[in-house]
Amino acid sequence: MIQLEKRPQASAIWTYIAPLLAVILTMIAGGILFAFLGNDPFEAIRTIFWDPLFGEFASFHRPQILIKAAPLVLIAIGLSLGFRAGIWNIGAEGQYIMGAICGAAVGLAFYPTESVFILPLMVIAGALGGWAWAMIPALLRVKFQTNEILVSLMLVYVAEQLLASVSLSLLRNPDGHGFPGSRNLAQYESATSWIDKSAGMHWGVVAALIAVVFSYVILSRHMLGFNIRLTGESPRAAAFSGVNPTRMIVICMGLSGVLAGLAGMFEVSGPGAQISIDFNVGYGFTAIIVAFLGRLHPIGILMAGGVMALTYVGGGNAQAQLQLPAAAIQLFQGMLLFFLLALDVMTNYRPVRKKEAL
Amino acid sequence: MKFTTFLTSTAAALSLGTAAMADDPTTVGFVYVGPVGDGGWTYEHNVGRLAVEEHFGDAVETVFVESVPEGADSVRVMQQMALNGADLIFTTSFGYMDPTIEVASQFPDVKFEHATGYKLADNVSNYSARFYEGRAVQGHIAGSMTESNVVGYIGSFPIPEVIRGINAAYIHAQRVNPDVEFKVVWVYTWFDPAKEAEAANVLIEQGADVILQHTDSTAPQAAAQAAGNVITFGQASDMSEFGPHPRVSSIIDNWSPYYIARTQAVIDGTWESTSTWDGIGAGMVGIGEISDAVPADVKAEAEAMRDALASGEYHAFTGPINKQDGSVWLAEGETADDGTLAGMNFYVEGITGDIPQ
Amino acid sequence: MDFSAINPAVLLASLMVAATPILLAAIGELVVERAGVLNLGVEGMMITGAVAGFIVASATGSAWLGFIGAAFGGAILALLFGLLTQFFLSNQVATGLGLTLFGLGLSALMGQGYLGVKAPDFASLNVPFLSDIPFLGRVLFQHDAMVYIGLALVAGTYWMLKYSRAGLILRAVGENHEAAHALGYNVVRVRLLAILFGGACAGLGGAYLSLVRVPTYAEGLTAGAGWIALAIVVFASWKPWRLLLGAYLFGGVTVLQLNLQAVGLSIPVEILSMSPYLVTILVLVIMSAGRAPGSLGKSFHASS
Repeated sequence: MIQLEKRPQASAIWTYIAPLLAVILTMIAGGILFAFLGNDPFEAIRTIFWDPLFGEFASFHRPQILIKAAPLVLIAIGLSLGFRAGIWNIGAEGQYIMGAICGAAVGLAFYPTESVFILPLMVIAGALGGWAWAMIPALLRVKFQTNEILVSLMLVYVAEQLLASVSLSLLRNPDGHGFPGSRNLAQYESATSWIDKSAGMHWGVVAALIAVVFSYVILSRHMLGFNIRLTGESPRAAAFSGVNPTRMIVICMGLSGVLAGLAGMFEVSGPGAQISIDFNVGYGFTAIIVAFLGRLHPIGILMAGGVMALTYVGGGNAQAQLQLPAAAIQLFQGMLLFFLLALDVMTNYRPVRKKEAL
Repeated sequence: MKFTTFLTSTAAALSLGTAAMADDPTTVGFVYVGPVGDGGWTYEHNVGRLAVEEHFGDAVETVFVESVPEGADSVRVMQQMALNGADLIFTTSFGYMDPTIEVASQFPDVKFEHATGYKLADNVSNYSARFYEGRAVQGHIAGSMTESNVVGYIGSFPIPEVIRGINAAYIHAQRVNPDVEFKVVWVYTWFDPAKEAEAANVLIEQGADVILQHTDSTAPQAAAQAAGNVITFGQASDMSEFGPHPRVSSIIDNWSPYYIARTQAVIDGTWESTSTWDGIGAGMVGIGEISDAVPADVKAEAEAMRDALASGEYHAFTGPINKQDGSVWLAEGETADDGTLAGMNFYVEGITGDIPQ
Repeated sequence: MDFSAINPAVLLASLMVAATPILLAAIGELVVERAGVLNLGVEGMMITGAVAGFIVASATGSAWLGFIGAAFGGAILALLFGLLTQFFLSNQVATGLGLTLFGLGLSALMGQGYLGVKAPDFASLNVPFLSDIPFLGRVLFQHDAMVYIGLALVAGTYWMLKYSRAGLILRAVGENHEAAHALGYNVVRVRLLAILFGGACAGLGGAYLSLVRVPTYAEGLTAGAGWIALAIVVFASWKPWRLLLGAYLFGGVTVLQLNLQAVGLSIPVEILSMSPYLVTILVLVIMSAGRAPGSLGKSFHASS
């Protein structure tokens, strides 16, 4: 029978082949699904994977991929630091919301003043908002040994209620005829994160790229990165070598909170444009998938974020053009994840034919 | 023909030579906030889309994208539809308002119709339904039929649309039953069966024998059925599977006539930017069949009110009506203006409790 | 404001019903996690169970068969998770999240064509004699069978984990899979069985929503209940009886806040709406959670 045998070291070839193979397998399985639903599988696959990048309207879709990928990458980079150290912040969605609320609140407070200082202040407020929200589970964990998975998850729901509340009261657009939702920040010159709208460029995209580089440097060149990896791989060795676990938790949760908060802030002042009851769309949760798809590696996360964004943009196109139901796209994304995750095994293990042990 | 203006106005980098031909069928796009299988808000919009398909046959092609989050995603979806040659796009959620205006400015030759908002542009109309007319009819039935004099109301979010409904129902319940009391609970969700069931149970336990809901699931209907002596009304869709009791009537969103008319206008070249707020009369709000669980006289009165609302001889907000604090809102015989109604953020006199702020 | 309008017996009774779906899903997940596996796909398995149950029930006219179908539906989806995490050694967190995505899509496709259909009736039992006891009768003995099955599953799980040999093996596998393997236990088989059980329970929980609570089909009808179930497992620090407490507490705060709204208490609604989550956090801090199973979330590979 076939068994897996651990490779002495990770296979460099499979690191690259596995994702490619996964995409191909997803196309086959997805194609079967689409054919089953009565669509031309080749057309569907092309619409999802090819057209947004190279199709007729690619110049319209590529910016959309940037817009979609930026918050995913930004949040996932932050989460990956904690995940590597065994600190499970799964409440990035809440931190994202709080970053957006705080950032937007600062921007709206200045309305309609125009000043170059407003956006930087919003950035600081957004980062602080996300940071503070992440500090709650971090401090509870440090002080009371409370499980950070649960607390951060519960705080997502609290943040959602707060979001609904401020959309209806504090941040409601006074000129909005009583309707919920804030003023449009994208139309407020000093408070918008847009750099070039038609290219999909906003400060969130820039921040995501900076975060990738920053995290790469930290993980590969910096003592903090070494400590993070050590804590995750062998907590006892880490403690032995003098790594302070409390500091580790506060730093990792704090960083992930800051990045999630920034993602929310850049989103609300750019592509999202306004605080509203349904402002958050699950980036915080999808980013967890992106972090793992990218194997918690900065470059991997960058690519995983791009692939996820591509399936969203292409999936939307497939719905509009081919009338594939949204559910089929969801199923397709699920398959892609499964194949990627399953084939990942090949990087660290190799299948060998073994006789049954006697 | 339709992309020339767009070409000059936005991306010169785009090569759009093959897009839309003049003799193509008219393409109508729909952007939905939920899944078409939600059985409520989006489901009914999709019924309207199917009616367009059926009415025009091959002359019209429709496309839709479901579960589109408000914000950046909706911008993308609308652009995509416009690029693919849509002539008319319906965006069916309040949160799509700014995105619709934005995309409309990029595609001046595509017509847009935004539901439940207030902004307009040269190529953007808005439309909404006077659901409060249906609420008035419900209030009449509720006030007439309640024996405990307690009516439970499950509110989603405290926004003008929902508050208008509460006021309309209360005014008409109170006119036939001065002792009636409304208990309002806010669930802060449009669709969460477990929570809606909870809310219905709580209201029933606190003595309500009529449940009105402004949320989309049938869970309150089930809760009422289990309680036995409680009546309910269908919301968004007819929910007739719970009739004749507990569901005694319903408000049905009926977008079909409007969607057909607007599509026809695009075909005829007569489309103009307008603001439409239609009620029972235009058929945008349907009153689901009033079941036999309602006493014959009450049913007759309710139907008479429905017809009076439809013909326009009666307005659901006709004075004298005071605000909750006792100040006069509408004098005897005065009717509410649409501006006040659209942004309604106060209770009328007699309703206890505060609107969450 | 009139608090006398709140009837404690009725309140407690409705609590038992309200807690049932999350309790069912949570007890399954508890067993999975005690075996050392973290399956974050509860929401996906719940909704698949909800739809599978609804389809079977409306085809056969029997809610009971619906529940059986739901258990199978949930278990089949869980099997996918089991294959990926146990044989392909995929990351459990990511696979679980992917499973939710997959389950939501799958259930939506399966449910097409069932809109506006009502599930067959599933009557309350009204246990004879016992249901006539004042107060307790109303609280405890006027429910449908699934409420009691949920409680029985909790009791059974408690017994199994604490006293049975199977429970001992399960815990051993969850605490230290290397050691369990060295002792000759088949780690992968034990975990697969636990994962299947977890899926079946989640399916039942979902079906309780689609067949009893709502009981019509609509897309997305679990509306996040799976996440609450996950939270409650951690809240219970992996102990069955505390799970019961957690589910009732969570449901209780929700029901209580709606009650307070209905009697017109002047606390802002948004604060009331947050209260179930805040109270959960608070209680968690006070109780200071127990330790997670030693091997939770770690892939096992028999490399010897």
